[in-house]
Amino acid sequence: MVERMERRAVISGAAQSEVGRRLYRTGIDLTVEAALRAVEDAGLTTADIDGVSTYPGFGGSFGGAMGAELHEALRLSLNWRSAGVETAGPLGAVHNAILAVATGLARHVLVFRTVVEGSGGPLRPGSGGGGGGGMAGSAGPFQFMIPYGAASAACWVACYARRHMHDYGTTRTQLGAIAVNGRANAAANPKAIYTDPMTIDDYLAVRMVSDPLCLYDCDVPCDGSTAVVVSHRDHAPDTPAGAVGVNAMGTAIRGRPSWDQFDDLTSMMMRHTAASMWERTELTVDDVDTAQLYDGFSWLTLAWIEAMGFCGKGESGAFVEGGVNIGPDGSAPLNTSGGQLSAGRLHGFGHLHEAVMQLRGTANIQVPGCEVVAVGAGGGPETGCLLLTKGPS
Amino acid sequence: MSGDNPPRFVLASPESEFYWRSGADGRLRIQRCGECSRWVHPPGPACPFCHSRRVGPEPVAGTGTVATYTINRKEWIPGFTPPYVFAFVELDEDPTVRIGTNIVDCEIEEVEIGMRVEVLFEESGEWHVPLFRPAVTEES
Ligand SMILES: [Zn+2]
Repeated sequence: MVERMERRAVISGAAQSEVGRRLYRTGIDLTVEAALRAVEDAGLTTADIDGVSTYPGFGGSFGGAMGAELHEALRLSLNWRSAGVETAGPLGAVHNAILAVATGLARHVLVFRTVVEGSGGPLRPGSGGGGGGGMAGSAGPFQFMIPYGAASAACWVACYARRHMHDYGTTRTQLGAIAVNGRANAAANPKAIYTDPMTIDDYLAVRMVSDPLCLYDCDVPCDGSTAVVVSHRDHAPDTPAGAVGVNAMGTAIRGRPSWDQFDDLTSMMMRHTAASMWERTELTVDDVDTAQLYDGFSWLTLAWIEAMGFCGKGESGAFVEGGVNIGPDGSAPLNTSGGQLSAGRLHGFGHLHEAVMQLRGTANIQVPGCEVVAVGAGGGPETGCLLLTKGPS
Repeated sequence: MSGDNPPRFVLASPESEFYWRSGADGRLRIQRCGECSRWVHPPGPACPFCHSRRVGPEPVAGTGTVATYTINRKEWIPGFTPPYVFAFVELDEDPTVRIGTNIVDCEIEEVEIGMRVEVLFEESGEWHVPLFRPAVTEES
């Protein structure tokens, strides 16, 4: 196997700001809080940070804070900075940082994802997943959905969920296992938004939003920032909390880059993205100790479970039903900090943070002997993933 | 949807303008390649298959099949009064031509995957917005 350059990098630090439904703090304020904690967590000072990477790189409620804002706020001196929305989903900011470290452009890259969608007001139409819609119309690909009142990613994901149910017999009771599992795990997460117990009957009784998706199939907007430090693996022995290795990253976008024109209405781009990750490693899905898979909408998690190979295509409903397989004691413990459905829409970086905690052995619900974690984030055509290990890969 | 027509917020691009105007004569048009004859949607500046720039709108029958749908129960945009059906319809000429639309002129409970539908148009300012309804005309 040719050298996998991502293995030159490790995640040396990880931290989150305060997280809440509505904090009424600015995005840069939350970002600085998370960033300073992450730098200290990595055993570094801000003078060591020579790179910054973020997604999507613009402010506002969805964008949180710009890379340049953090650069200025901490008076960093950088060799490399990057931000962008045309990545393999939000984890693209991590992919970029890994590449910068692997190629020697930077040695310690501060990566962050900040959202203030809780206090920042409702999502603008089409913003779910980083799209470009708008209430006043959109000349881009969303021009064919906005005029029909399909203004939210909920509408688009619901169409895929419906077809999955039609083709494979997936039921709402099965889909509900994702939400119930997340809520149960969120109870152990002091930063989670929703922690009240939820049963499958509660799930089935709540109001529909975009049928077959109900309120509990949709994540909860929140305010918060997550930061990680991506360092060269040479720094691993000096990390106080232990370095997390990057074994492989998944970035492929092999089908049509579209929410509405993807060839298969029962899967999304993560099918290709996850495949590209497995092509870069000798590990297999059987080596994965826990999966942190995006649940911006519960059905996206089913799509990720199939894409990662935890079960066959179309079998995710049966796989998650009842929550045994995906529970903390199951074969594939899932979203062990509550995911976005209950812990808040930190846009994939909550999942990334939890993966680091699991590999350090410091998670609130710790999977015993955790050595390999799969992280997948995003939906539609904007998906990316990482295979992370305890210690450098 | 009931009562007044919803605000459609059509914002056409130079490539798609024909799509939103096509219904003025009661016919749906889709972009087609003049070289390889394949249908292209959404429309673009060149054929994505053979890269010919000889692409242009061509009338289609306006019939197709519901590939999937959602029943919106939430008011995402003021004026779009729930419940209403958003669907992807695959056209008979080429099922890879997938059109987002509303299914109208029937009870929402009647909509199902595989349902046969036909186009109709709703005037919205300068645009004729393609909608679909159960294909009553082909039943016999
Ligand atoms: Zn052609």
